[in-house]
Amino acid sequence: MTDLTSFTIAAARDRLAKNEFTALELTDAHLKAMEKAKGLNAFITTTAEVARTRAKASDARLQTGTAGALEGIPIGIKDLFCTEGVQTTAGSHILEGFKPPYESTVSQKLRDAGAVMLGKLNMDEFAMGSSNGTSYFGPVKNPWKARSRPPDSEAGDLVPGGSSGGSAAAVAAHLVLGATGTDTGGSIRQPASFCGIVGVKPTYGRCSRWGIVAFASSLDQAGPMTRTVRDAAIMLKAMCGHDPKDSTSAPLAVPDFEAALGKGVKGLRIGIPKEYRPDGLNADVALLWDAGVQWLKDAGATPVEISLPHTKSALPTYYIVAPAEASSNLARYDGLRFGQRDRTMGNSLDEMYAKTRAAGFGAEVKRRILIGTYVLSAGYYDAYYVKAQKVRALIAKDFTDAFSKVDAILTPTAPTAAFGLHGKQDDPIAMYLNDVFTVPASLAGIPGASVPAGLNNDGLPLGLQVLTKRWDEETMFRVCQVLEDAARFPTLKVAP
Amino acid sequence: MSLDEATIRRIATLARIEVPQAELEATAAKLSGILNWIEQLNEVNTDNVAPMSGGTVSGGTDLTLPWRTDVVTDGDQQEMVLANAPEAHAGFFAVPKVVE
Amino acid sequence: MSYVIKGDTADWEVVIGLEVHAQVIAKAKLFSGASADFGAGPNTQVSFIDAGMPGMLPVINGYCVEQAVRTGLGLKAKINQRSVFARKNYFYADMPQGYQISQCDMPIVGEGTVYLDMPDGMTRAIGIERLHLEQDAGKSIHDMHVTKSMIDLNRSGVALMEIVSKPDLRSPEEAGLYLKKLRSILRYLRTCDGNMEEGSMRCDANVSVRPVGSNELRTRCEIKNLNSVRFVAQAIEHEAKRHVDVYESGGKIEQETRLYDANKGETRPMRSKEFAHDYRYFPDPDLLPLEFDDAFVAKIKATLPELPDDKKARFIANYGLSAYDAGVLVADQDSAVYFEAVAKGRDAKVANNWVSSNVFAVLNARNVPITECPVSAQHLGRLLDLISDNTLSTRMAKDVFELMIETGKDPGSIVEERGLKQITDTGAIEAAVDAIIAQNADKVAQYRAGKVQIMGWFVGQVMKATQGNASPALCSDLLTKKLAP
Ligand SMILES: [Mg+2]
Ligand SMILES: [Zn+2]
Repeated sequence: MTDLTSFTIAAARDRLAKNEFTALELTDAHLKAMEKAKGLNAFITTTAEVARTRAKASDARLQTGTAGALEGIPIGIKDLFCTEGVQTTAGSHILEGFKPPYESTVSQKLRDAGAVMLGKLNMDEFAMGSSNGTSYFGPVKNPWKARSRPPDSEAGDLVPGGSSGGSAAAVAAHLVLGATGTDTGGSIRQPASFCGIVGVKPTYGRCSRWGIVAFASSLDQAGPMTRTVRDAAIMLKAMCGHDPKDSTSAPLAVPDFEAALGKGVKGLRIGIPKEYRPDGLNADVALLWDAGVQWLKDAGATPVEISLPHTKSALPTYYIVAPAEASSNLARYDGLRFGQRDRTMGNSLDEMYAKTRAAGFGAEVKRRILIGTYVLSAGYYDAYYVKAQKVRALIAKDFTDAFSKVDAILTPTAPTAAFGLHGKQDDPIAMYLNDVFTVPASLAGIPGASVPAGLNNDGLPLGLQVLTKRWDEETMFRVCQVLEDAARFPTLKVAP
Repeated sequence: MSLDEATIRRIATLARIEVPQAELEATAAKLSGILNWIEQLNEVNTDNVAPMSGGTVSGGTDLTLPWRTDVVTDGDQQEMVLANAPEAHAGFFAVPKVVE
Repeated sequence: MSYVIKGDTADWEVVIGLEVHAQVIAKAKLFSGASADFGAGPNTQVSFIDAGMPGMLPVINGYCVEQAVRTGLGLKAKINQRSVFARKNYFYADMPQGYQISQCDMPIVGEGTVYLDMPDGMTRAIGIERLHLEQDAGKSIHDMHVTKSMIDLNRSGVALMEIVSKPDLRSPEEAGLYLKKLRSILRYLRTCDGNMEEGSMRCDANVSVRPVGSNELRTRCEIKNLNSVRFVAQAIEHEAKRHVDVYESGGKIEQETRLYDANKGETRPMRSKEFAHDYRYFPDPDLLPLEFDDAFVAKIKATLPELPDDKKARFIANYGLSAYDAGVLVADQDSAVYFEAVAKGRDAKVANNWVSSNVFAVLNARNVPITECPVSAQHLGRLLDLISDNTLSTRMAKDVFELMIETGKDPGSIVEERGLKQITDTGAIEAAVDAIIAQNADKVAQYRAGKVQIMGWFVGQVMKATQGNASPALCSDLLTKKLAP
């Protein structure tokens, strides 16, 4: 019998419909794989009981012909999504033990579509990080191994990227068929690139943010992480749609993304931004990018060199806007109504706050809260925050201008492949540079996807990023599909 | 901009995060490094540029603020509201005494 | 009437600006669907949004927007068709999100005016700086437990309008008049019930002093959470005197937030506000700008009631009332409605006398609103009719009014039951008059000799003979005729 963890969502969906196996069998196979892959530390919480109950319910619906679009499909949920009655930590000690009495809109939609949650996926604390190294629950290991590194040693451990590192690792390692991620500055696309999977950040406003622990409200966006472009299209359709509970959710009909896949790219103009090719760009990354351009050209698209002049300013802009919003969003973690509390006797309320938050947050989160507090504080607001919002407007305008000339933009997803997990990671700015290619699209609110496009000379995955204008995920999926077909990416072989 | 220890103390107080005296210097150094890097934004000409706020505004918003009708649809869930509280008492959240 | 504090070095005047937090009348909260009602069990009217739970998002209640615009129109203020919600960041036990959603640079309502009705019948214009929408905090209870404060989030998220005056007020009395007038307008508009005891209207006062004749604005102190008109006036008076004392003794006033202690009659600094605040306002990224068009405003404008100032002008013009009397009647919309119901088709001045003296006296004695007055406007109107058709004398009418208060009955039935009818039957009175004339020949002679003053004695005798029910007017008419030589 075929290994049940080998299927894509599309294949599993079709076979479940044909009764080739049951949802419970599919779930059990993945729970078993999770057990074996514990060393990856991809999950913070596993929910085997919940999963098996839901899988049985899926089987019943599959029998009665009332199956949803993702009926019986085992998935993982990033631990940033509040899940009813299931611990939700955001990767932070301060929320350890928090069991929300509500379900996020996105995870509810996936539940309603019949998807089976296997557990809550590890992540950088409050989604702040690009390596999964800031999780209170320990780092996640990338299931990929570099040719140049001894595989069974600490030196062989690579980061999965972040912040949706647990999601990327779990999908790549066939522990789940798909996973939810969230992307604030690249947190879906960069780990997807590092782990050789597909990651999609839809247009800001496409997926509801209700019930997702907020990092930076004007940037946060949920999206699917899967092994194929088709699976991402299927999963995104189930996740997105208007939610009256989120004032920034778009009241737009959900397109049939899967239907757009076969349409090819013939006649499309593909923008190649020159600013994404700085001096010293990693040679493998540059080569793969060139290959991507050629694949699209071969499929009938026209590459057009474009300029996104404010690209260089995107990272510093992001590191004002995101910490500013985060400093306010994270004020609610005060030890009063949920989560951890410092219980030193005799402390005043203010001492309790300060101690609770000092002990509950990790170093990077504290750093960003302090930066955010500073840039919003009296006397600095205009110089930092308002300035950044102005530059943000210029960055958004760069894209608007570009999309008057091209239909999509192709860039590398990340400047490098996955790096060592145990190496030095204490230079924040060096870490921030991981997101140099993903942050501009986040600031502009446009959709972006990373498609695994090849391996570097050390055998590690590299992704290409496809960007389109707001609400045009369909064109993005068309381009992604062509890239995926051309790349023949060697999906990670997992021992059954 | 290089942040001094007094500034770190001030913003740490505003943010209600205890920063031990021993860590002030290192924190100041790290945050100053980030701020110095951020300040490259000063090179960007933003004259006559309206600040973008929110993720949906892009030189003119394509979304508008939705309004709710004035109907009571929520509440009456004291138990769930208090379920995760580190300390609750007689239907209230309990916190260290506030002196006014 | 200028308010001056005499000092050793100078005469001082006080400069006052008020910030009023008015709870918007609405069923649900500003950004959640939980009930905004007062007085429920702790934490029973709390949505996860109001509790600041992770991942919760605000969605604005459109009716609260409407109410703010309605209030802005009532304050003759500029309505901003685009305004922005901002987060005001600070930590407090009863503020779950760690920030208050409020409005900073771009409030929904801009400058307007409130006209004070001064005791001399004149008006005085007080500028409104702005009105903005914001959420209320929860409630901390400090006296339930020895070492703990208890937090109830029922109020958390309730819609407030913060109405900020310009520093145009010059005396504690004016501050009181301003509050009463503002409350009157809010109640007319039905946008806030103005109930200060229940906290649906709260006032912060910004107070500074300066030598009379100077235009400088000296350091001001903000006195927080004043919950009655009387306390507002008292607190201002004490605070202004404190400033004068400090200046006169060569000291300096620090800008600070203070609390008024009504028992001690003094203000003191607020401990929780000791260290300087830095609210780090920024536009709330969970919300888009609040926008509406002309048609939205026009629709609300079309539903505005006649407001106190317009009503007062009409009462003066149509009913011939004095500015003072009209001002008293219109201060409360229900009183004005009551008055108009009584005055309709009757003598307006008589109606005003009865409402302003007799009816208001009853309300004061019983401490009830006019809507609960035991004498309805309809009944009072009929009473006035009974006077004008001579069924009752004014004196009798007062007795009947007392009975109406006791029984709530129609004056007609009271008159009927008690046989209180004024005798207007000429025959019956004539008989009594004839009898009195026949029995008192000496008095008749005196009268006819020119001692006309004793007419009063004759009337009194007739009234006595008729148990006081005779129409005094008819009596004197008949007597005059019959006594004529
Ligand atoms: Mg105020
Ligand atoms: Zn306020």
